[in-house]
Amino acid sequence: MTTMKLTLAKALNAGLRKAMEDDPKVVLMGEDIGRLGGVFRVTDGLQKDFGEDRVVDSPLAESGIVGTAVGMALRGYKPVVEIQFDGFVYPAYDQIVTQVAKFHFRSGGRIPMPMVIRIPFGGGIGAVEHHSESPEAQFAHTPGLKVVACSNPADAYWMIQQAIASPDPVIFLEPKRQYHAGAVEVDLDATPDPLFTSKVAREGDDVTVCAYGPTVGVALRAADAAAGEGRSLEVIDLRTLSPLDLGPVEESVRRTGRCLVVHEAHVNLGVGAEVAARLTESCFYSLEAPVLRVGGLDTPYPPARAEHQWLPDLDRVLDAVDRSFAW
Amino acid sequence: MPDVDFVQLLTPEGERVEHPDYSFTGDDETVRGLYRDMVLTRRLDVEATALQRHGELGIWAQLLGQEAAQIGAGRALRQQDYVFPTYREHGVAWCRGVDPLRLLGLFRGVDFGGWNPSDHNFNLYTIVIGAQTLHATGYAMGVQRDGVVGTGDPDRDTAVVAHLGDGATSQGDVNEAFVFAASYQAPVVFFCQNNQWAISEPTTRQSVIPLYRRADGFGFPGIRVDGNDVLATYAVMQSALQRARDGGGPTLVEAYTYRMGAHTTTDDPTRYRHSDEVEHWKLRDPIARVEAHLRRNGLADGEFFEQVAREAEELGVHLREGCRQLPEPVVTDLFDRVYTEISPELADQRDEFADYVGSFEEAVR
Repeated sequence: MTTMKLTLAKALNAGLRKAMEDDPKVVLMGEDIGRLGGVFRVTDGLQKDFGEDRVVDSPLAESGIVGTAVGMALRGYKPVVEIQFDGFVYPAYDQIVTQVAKFHFRSGGRIPMPMVIRIPFGGGIGAVEHHSESPEAQFAHTPGLKVVACSNPADAYWMIQQAIASPDPVIFLEPKRQYHAGAVEVDLDATPDPLFTSKVAREGDDVTVCAYGPTVGVALRAADAAAGEGRSLEVIDLRTLSPLDLGPVEESVRRTGRCLVVHEAHVNLGVGAEVAARLTESCFYSLEAPVLRVGGLDTPYPPARAEHQWLPDLDRVLDAVDRSFAW
Repeated sequence: MPDVDFVQLLTPEGERVEHPDYSFTGDDETVRGLYRDMVLTRRLDVEATALQRHGELGIWAQLLGQEAAQIGAGRALRQQDYVFPTYREHGVAWCRGVDPLRLLGLFRGVDFGGWNPSDHNFNLYTIVIGAQTLHATGYAMGVQRDGVVGTGDPDRDTAVVAHLGDGATSQGDVNEAFVFAASYQAPVVFFCQNNQWAISEPTTRQSVIPLYRRADGFGFPGIRVDGNDVLATYAVMQSALQRARDGGGPTLVEAYTYRMGAHTTTDDPTRYRHSDEVEHWKLRDPIARVEAHLRRNGLADGEFFEQVAREAEELGVHLREGCRQLPEPVVTDLFDRVYTEISPELADQRDEFADYVGSFEEAVR
C-alpha cells in the first residue's frame, strides 16, 4: 500500500498531477496558477513539470477563462479551470450557465463538454468581501452541470481525478479553510467510492446530520460533543450536490427519524431545502421532526470579524439537535 | 452617408479595381461560383422569411444584404479551418456544406441546431451575443497545442473564424476574446459584419471609432473591407486566415455592410431608421455588382444565369417541403441529452414523466 501524508491542498495537487500524467489532454487554466502555483498553492510545481501549454496562466478575466476552456474542450482537450475565489466566479457565470451547461443538450447529445471548474468556497479565513462565499445552489439549480464538494484529503485526491475523467462538466468545490489544515495519510492504491455518491462519515443512531465541504468537520466535532451528552449523531458527507445521492441519507433517517442539513450557504432556497423536500417525500412516515436547516444567515456574507458568529458552528448544530428532539 | 475607407476590388457598378495590398486570386469560374452561392443564400433567406410569415417558423434572423460578406468569408476557408457562427451565418453554413434545411430547426423550434458541428467544422449557432468569440479563441488555443499552426503544410495548418456583429463589439466576452487571442497569438480571425444596426441601435452607439481600429488597442491588425464586395471580402479573409495558419496571430476584419432586412422577422426597422438609408444601400447590392461584372465582360452566358435561377427554385421547394417535415421534439427524449451520463435522479424524473404521459394514452385506450 502506497500512502502519502497530505493536506487537502497537497492532495488536490497530487490528484491533478496524476490526472495530467494519465491523460495528455488535461490542461489547467486559471489566474496565477503557473509560476505562483495558485494563490492557495494547489497547482504548485505543475507548470514547471508539465509546461506552459498545459498549465496556463490566463489573463485576468474569468469569463475569458471559462469561455476559452469551452473552445479547448470542443477541440478535444479536458480543461480544468481554477476560479481564484468563489466570489469571482460571477463574471464567468454567463459562460457557465448559458454555454458550459447547455452545450451537450443544445447539440442533441452530440457534443460532450468535459470540463472541471474548481472553486475554493466557504469562509472562515478572515478575508475581505467576495472571498468567502458559498454559491453552490446557483450551480446545482442549473441542469447540465454536476456539482461536487470534497471535505478531506483522501476525497480531494480521488474526487478531482474522477471529476476530470467525467465526460460532463463538473463544478468542483474546495473548502478553502481546510486547504492547509492537518495532513493525513492518504492511501494512493485505494479503490475510491464513485464520484456522485454520498457516504457515512460517522455512524450514529439518534440524528442524521448531512453536511458537505467545510461543514463536515463542524458536524463531526458536533457529534463528538453530542456523544458526551449521550446523543449519537450519524454524519453523512453528501459529497455530491448535483446529482444528490440521498440513498444513504434515507437509510439513516429511517433509523433515526431526525435530520439536520448543515451548510455555510444561505439557508433560503439552498441545498438544505432540497434535501428537506425530498426527505419529506421519501421518508414522511419515518420522520419524528421536520428536517432542520443550519446554515449561513440570509444576509450577504459579513465582514470578517463577524464571520464566526455568522457561520454555522458546533453550538448551532447542537442547538438544532435540541430543537429536533424538542419537536 | 459618409464615405469610408475600405478594401474594395469590385465597385457597386461591377468594375474591377486594384488595391495595393489585396488582390482577388480566383479565376472566372470562382467568380461564377461566388455569384451562385450568393443567389442561393439570398433565396434561402427569402424562403425562410416567407416560411415565418406563413407560421412555419417562429422567427427568422435575416441576412439580406450580407451575402457577399458571408460567402466571401465562407469560401476563403480551407477544409480544416473551423467556424464559430452567430445565429445569422446562413451563407457561411451554406459554404460549409450544412443542409440549409438544418438551419430552420432552431427557428421552427424543433431543435437548437440540427447538424453535427464536427461533420462541417461549423459550430452550432450561438445566440448569446459574443459568447462564441471566446469559444473560437479557446479552440484556436487547442489548435496551437495540436501543433497545426505554422508547419507550412497547407492541408494541416488550421485557422479559426469567430463571427460577430457590430453590437457584439461592446460585449465583455468579445473584448476578453481579443485579449486572450492577442496574449497567446491564437490562430483566430475575428470577422465582424458591421451591418450598421444592432436591432435599433446604430453602430455609432457601440463605438466612436471605426470598429476595425479597436484591434490597435489589443495589439493585432484590424482591416476594413467592403462587405458588399465578395471579391474583396474573399481576398481579405484569405490573407487573414493565412496569417493565422502561419502563426502570425489574430486579425480583426470589419466587413462594412448593411442589414437590408429587419434584425429578425419580429423587428420593425421603420420605427428607427430612414428609408433613404436603405435606398442608399440598395445601390450597393452585393449580388447585382457581380452579375453586372459577369454580364458586361461576357464571363457568363444566359444559360448560366438560368441554371442558377433553377437551382434557387429547387432550393425553395426543398426548404418549403422539408420544413414541414422536420421531426417534432419529444419531451421524453430531452432527459438523455442533459448529460453524457444521465444521473439517477434525472432518470427517475424521465421515467415518472413517461408514466404520466403514458397514463393519458391508457385513458384513451
